[in-house]
Amino acid sequence: MRSSYLKQEQKEVVNMLHIQHVSGGYAGHSIVKDISFEVNKGEMLGILGPNGSGKTTLLKIISGILPASEGTISIDGNKLSDYSPKELAKLIAVLPQHAADPFSYTVKETISLGRYAHQRGWFHSWSKEDEETVLRVMEQTGTLSLQDRNIQDLSGGERQRVYLAQALAQEPRILLLDEPTNHLDLSYQKELFDLLKKWSKECELMVVSIFHDLNLAGLYCDRLLLLQEGKIVIEDTPNEVLKQERIQTVYHTKIAKQPHPKVPVPQMVLLPGWENELIDEIYQVDPSVIQASSERIVVKTEQPLKTMSSGVIGSGTGWYQNFVNRHVDKTYNCSDHKQEMAHYLERNGFLPGETVGMMTAVKLEDVSYKLYIDGQVSIFVVVTAGVGNAIDASVMDREVFDNKPGTINTWIFVNGELSEEAFIQSIMTATEVKVKVLQNEEVLDLNTGTLATGTSTDSILIAATQKGTSIEYAGSFTQLGRLISRGVFECTTEAIRKSRLRKEGMS
Amino acid sequence: MGASFLLLAIVLGISLGTVKVPILSTIQILLAQIFPFVSLDGVDQMHVNIVSNIRLPRVILAGLVGAALAIAGAAFQGLLRNPLADPYTLGVSSGASVGAVVTLFFQLSLPVIGAFTLPVLSILFSFITIFLVLGFAQKIERSMRVETIILTGIIFSSFLGALISLMIALTGEELRQIIGWLLGSVSMRGWVYIKIILPFFLIGSAILIFNGKELNAMSFGEERAHHLGVNVQRRKHIILMAGSMLTGSAVAVSGTIGFVGLVIPHLARMLWGPDHKHLLPLSILTGSAFLILADLVSRTIIAPIELPIGVITALVGAPVFAVILLKTRAERSG
Repeated sequence: MRSSYLKQEQKEVVNMLHIQHVSGGYAGHSIVKDISFEVNKGEMLGILGPNGSGKTTLLKIISGILPASEGTISIDGNKLSDYSPKELAKLIAVLPQHAADPFSYTVKETISLGRYAHQRGWFHSWSKEDEETVLRVMEQTGTLSLQDRNIQDLSGGERQRVYLAQALAQEPRILLLDEPTNHLDLSYQKELFDLLKKWSKECELMVVSIFHDLNLAGLYCDRLLLLQEGKIVIEDTPNEVLKQERIQTVYHTKIAKQPHPKVPVPQMVLLPGWENELIDEIYQVDPSVIQASSERIVVKTEQPLKTMSSGVIGSGTGWYQNFVNRHVDKTYNCSDHKQEMAHYLERNGFLPGETVGMMTAVKLEDVSYKLYIDGQVSIFVVVTAGVGNAIDASVMDREVFDNKPGTINTWIFVNGELSEEAFIQSIMTATEVKVKVLQNEEVLDLNTGTLATGTSTDSILIAATQKGTSIEYAGSFTQLGRLISRGVFECTTEAIRKSRLRKEGMS
Repeated sequence: MGASFLLLAIVLGISLGTVKVPILSTIQILLAQIFPFVSLDGVDQMHVNIVSNIRLPRVILAGLVGAALAIAGAAFQGLLRNPLADPYTLGVSSGASVGAVVTLFFQLSLPVIGAFTLPVLSILFSFITIFLVLGFAQKIERSMRVETIILTGIIFSSFLGALISLMIALTGEELRQIIGWLLGSVSMRGWVYIKIILPFFLIGSAILIFNGKELNAMSFGEERAHHLGVNVQRRKHIILMAGSMLTGSAVAVSGTIGFVGLVIPHLARMLWGPDHKHLLPLSILTGSAFLILADLVSRTIIAPIELPIGVITALVGAPVFAVILLKTRAERSG
């Protein structure tokens, strides 16, 4: 929809800010070189770039503070240089990075100055329209309650909102912002850009803003313009501009890209310097980390592991260093088992934020675990298995649900650095092997009489140190895949046999 | 409040002195000066003479000088965004002083204007100075940021100050005359000097008051003012010229009187806020009242000897200013 909107707009020059081949800077020395782009009404454009890339200079040239040594800037096809300062102020407003306020004007006096360009005559008489506009922008920016305060007494965030109100009082068609969130804490940053986004659509405002924060820019801008040494590297949608390799080259730093958890925009994360140091000391998970009792099996690692799991606590993806498989009675029935599990972990000295917790009614003495090594890659597999509740997942329309004890909990600790893909493939491989083991052991779904594929409450966990050998794939034919096949096969088989032996012994 | 302060100062300034004129008589004589139908019955003719020929012109001159220095100071502070700026910062008053000292040193008397040689040369020199300062600042930096202007002003001030010292060092019998003039005085000037300063005062003040909004915008910084729609370069020149005209004419008629241009705008801003629409007229009222009172003190405190008025303004102004500074510091950190 947006692209059709763009096409329609590109046919006419009305309601557009055009920057064409603009160069400029200070005293004959060009800081920005041959910049061309355009902004449509209702659009938010973000300008990105490392320090010294010419972001602020570009903004100063657009706002008329610095002259363009070459090129033209026009709005609706009219050159900006043809406008008088007053006419220009009705078109373009600027939110400064920081304004000097050496005198103690009140908030309302400060905001009212935004009406300067709209006032006429020698005495600049204050019209009803001026008053209404000022009241409206004070309301929009939440500065109404501050109106009689002295600007020198305001916090950085409040002051920023006052200057935003001043800029809006100009009723501009283009709003230029230079790192507007510089003095704002998180909630105000969000508030400011939510408002700007809303206004840009509602009032058909063209917003051009410099960003330090790539993620904020990606969240709110329709398009981004990346500058490096005064030239445009790329101007495109956030998804195209915020490419890991590009940002790393332009900003000369290590970053990683990941999807935003809620909206389809990319987020860049910094990789700290200490991450490199940790790579050198290879940390290995081995059988020494396991402590097994009849109450719980615990794996405690020295460093957090990147984990993908379906546990009760700490499920999904995250970094964890405690892994708890807890024995519960087969009559365990709790309406809020997550809450109960969290309390249990805390009672026993595990921080729920650092812990993956699972439950099983299986006797924990029947646990099976072993370290498997193949050259540089090694995995540590821990399995508890009970098959009293085994089902055939391929039979969908079962009539009864028997709540018999039985769960297969599979833990695979990998000494290596796994890609997301490898995590998923590890889960696939482990599951395929589990199904095969159940077939070999002739475990049946008692309701259907067919071979079982698992139990209704099985859980899996893949945890990797993310250090040492980099492992991209874990399909069944890869080095890691083969280790997982072997490990899960042996441990699951052993765990099922132990469990069955115990039952036979008891009966 | 400012106006009543000024009226009180005028009445006090006229009635007090070596010869005391009763307050009521003073008011009566003043009214008679404005409205010819007011009768002077029962008023001592000597009092009438003292008031209309000596006291009134003296008080009016003091008032005009104080007003000119104060409004120029307020405008310079707003324009240069520096609460410590005053008419002296830009070198304008030094320029005017050089003009006056040159006149005295060379015993100049130009044809036609004769006795007006000193004030005319003073104003001329103050204009030359501001043109030089602005031209020089523009040479350094095309956009002429206020920092550049202040620095250039200080350079010119020091240079011109040295020139004055040089002339004083080379001077003989004119020494006392020059020193006396440099310390500033509004005594024995008469109506003629009022005629010299009045047109400059009216034009300069009107220009500044019409630029109140622009001064408001420019006190937020030149870039900000530009973004708000102010034609910064043109307005800056207009305001600087008007301020120099006011300062030059004040220095021309009364010598260098310090601290009025610095302290009065501060006081006005503290009492009535920084909005130049009110600040400029209020600076006129308070500045004139302050200088009238300072003049009153200078001629009465150890009468019959008259102290130079610049001594009084500095003696009162400096401590007051120090207190203001301390108070605002405490408020800001508190």
